[in-house]
Amino acid sequence: MNFNFKHEWIETNIGLMAVLTMLAISVGGLVEIAPLFFIDKTIEKVEGVRPYTPLEQRGRDIYVREGCYLCHSQMIRPFRDEKLRYGHYSLAAESQYDHPFQWGSKRTGPDLARVGGKYSNEWHVQHMVAPRSMVPESVMPNYPWLLSTPLDISDTADRMKALRKVGVPYSLTQEEYKANVVKFGETVAPLLHIPDAQKNLLEQANFGNYDGDRSGISEMDALVAYLQVLGTMVDFSKYNDDAFVDNR
Amino acid sequence: MAVTTYSGAEQYNFDIVKKFAVMSLIWAVVGMFVGVYIASELAWPFLNFDSPYFSFGRFRPVHTSAVIFGFGGSALFATSYYVVQRTCQTRLISDGMASFTFWGWQTIIVTAALSYVMGYSQGREYAEMEWPIDLLIEVVWVTYLILFVGTIMRRKQPHIYVANWFYLAFILATALLHTFNNLAMPVDLFSMKSYSLFAGTQDAMTQWWYGHNAVGFFLTAAFLGMMYYFVPKQAGRPIYSYRLSIVHFWALGFMYMWVGAHHLHWTALPDWTSSLAAAFSILLLMPSWGGMINGIMTLSGAWDKMRTDPIMRFMIVALSFYGMSTFEGPMMSLKEVNALSHYTDWTVGHVHSGALGWVAMISFGSLYHMIPKLWDTKMYSQKLIEWHFWLATIGIVLYIVAMWISGITQGLMWRSFDEFGNLQYSFAESVAAMMPFYAMRAIGGMFFLSGAVLMLFNSLMTIRQAKQENAVLEAKLAAKLARA
Repeated sequence: MNFNFKHEWIETNIGLMAVLTMLAISVGGLVEIAPLFFIDKTIEKVEGVRPYTPLEQRGRDIYVREGCYLCHSQMIRPFRDEKLRYGHYSLAAESQYDHPFQWGSKRTGPDLARVGGKYSNEWHVQHMVAPRSMVPESVMPNYPWLLSTPLDISDTADRMKALRKVGVPYSLTQEEYKANVVKFGETVAPLLHIPDAQKNLLEQANFGNYDGDRSGISEMDALVAYLQVLGTMVDFSKYNDDAFVDNR
Repeated sequence: MAVTTYSGAEQYNFDIVKKFAVMSLIWAVVGMFVGVYIASELAWPFLNFDSPYFSFGRFRPVHTSAVIFGFGGSALFATSYYVVQRTCQTRLISDGMASFTFWGWQTIIVTAALSYVMGYSQGREYAEMEWPIDLLIEVVWVTYLILFVGTIMRRKQPHIYVANWFYLAFILATALLHTFNNLAMPVDLFSMKSYSLFAGTQDAMTQWWYGHNAVGFFLTAAFLGMMYYFVPKQAGRPIYSYRLSIVHFWALGFMYMWVGAHHLHWTALPDWTSSLAAAFSILLLMPSWGGMINGIMTLSGAWDKMRTDPIMRFMIVALSFYGMSTFEGPMMSLKEVNALSHYTDWTVGHVHSGALGWVAMISFGSLYHMIPKLWDTKMYSQKLIEWHFWLATIGIVLYIVAMWISGITQGLMWRSFDEFGNLQYSFAESVAAMMPFYAMRAIGGMFFLSGAVLMLFNSLMTIRQAKQENAVLEAKLAAKLARA
């Protein structure tokens, strides 16, 4: 059969052109995105990674709101200098509960993937209010309003419910709670229970007293609680150096 | 009785084109002003003024949305409505739908900007709009698609002109990307806050599939559509090669969608994905340069226009920057280069050599061609066009040179070791080293902005002049009728 294709067919038929264009532009995304949901190796199997507590999640919301990701990455690459500067390279598992991801694309400031525990709460508060008082070379904006704005906790449970709907294992029922006990252990599971969301948030904020002010819970409390947990969930001393090579 | 000397006024809906053209210029000035402002914040942080509303993190999306969607988007609406009507020799199928896309789109830009400064953000670059705004975009975009395709269906001759292919690909791809990258769960129906449907690695991949194709289709394919109509028109010559336009259209559309993951080299995204993206990034050089060559070679035999016609100069410089940044891009997608360039200002410089050099310059050229035709007059001042050209060109050069130096400096400082194998520099030292280049970048931006301000002034004066000419004409006619 002599199949004599002419591009003219497409040029004279808007329906055909639209369909073929749609086909041409769909392939790349399908091939590169869809498998990431099905290939098991995409996310490493590691212990310790858990969803954020209500206070940490509220801190994360503030991190997103202020656009921190525009100057700070949360993705350490497997290079010698980054290991020395920031620590072990980031695992996919460590951001598996991050809706949205905050890997970032620019380091106007340093990477924050493992900033948790590196500085004291007091340092963070002072640095947030007046960055140049701690790091003279810094070009970060001052964030004084975080200390003076009380944290809105009214919709904490709703936020966790929304996150549960997109796949974060916060528990709403007793069965889910029990599953979390098995998955995350007895100390973590209660923190992920949505009916106790507000109670958990208040307890962590009062106990942690992140902003150094006991009179109330500020947005600073939440943000510092979030920063202090970043990169601390996986205990890398449990894994040898090439444990995650296969996942790359 | 309205007097018009231009027969097109009734045959075509030019009213909508005029509206979008003017808004495009206004958003250019607003968006570039915010750009200069946030660039200055990085050089002189006191400009953040301890205020949540002006802080860099909330203000940066205002800049990107205003220039990409406000300026670029409005220029695309204007030119696509102009081109589709002229090349199909038919009127847009619905004035009401056209008007809806105009008011809808302007509402989107304004509410997006306000929502960012109020602290509503999805935390995804170039897709920061929260879900209610995303829904409005979806509605406006589908209307745009129906209007555009419907108009093509009513064309007066069998062939669909090549510029329309590119506009069509841009509209379809943007719909696809926007839909999948903004899948999110609102906290509740009355809350602006939502959480992305995907998490971590899959979310990152989806976002950069979107992010790079916002560049590939919104900022490239669509502006190639612009190029395919306005460059031959301004040069007064046919497109260099029809065959080349066919080949590079399909190659560009197919390949662009694969390259997004080169933004995620060396991250927790599996290597197979980013390697595949890098391979396609290299391949993409060919269709990109195919487009550039087709544009530039259209001028062969009319090179003297480069000397005499400042509008032509805008277009050719735009194509040159397109060629340069589509070479730089594949190079930066090589893993070894990316290891140095990623996370630095080099990326910012690369984006701006495309955005200022290509997107803005081709838009300026096209708008300078179109505005006098729309209002049936001549541009108010040729001299100001010349000035605009040089201000813009000098601005771009200052900008990208500053970012090349600062980006490579950052990359090298971060990875340098002292004789004992320790890190040579603290991060803060690398920040301090950036100061002069951040200042230089802000100054480059000011040059570019002042050019845009001149263009807005020149265009508004052109419109005023057209109205005066029209009034004089009407008066003459009235006098004639009175004598008769």
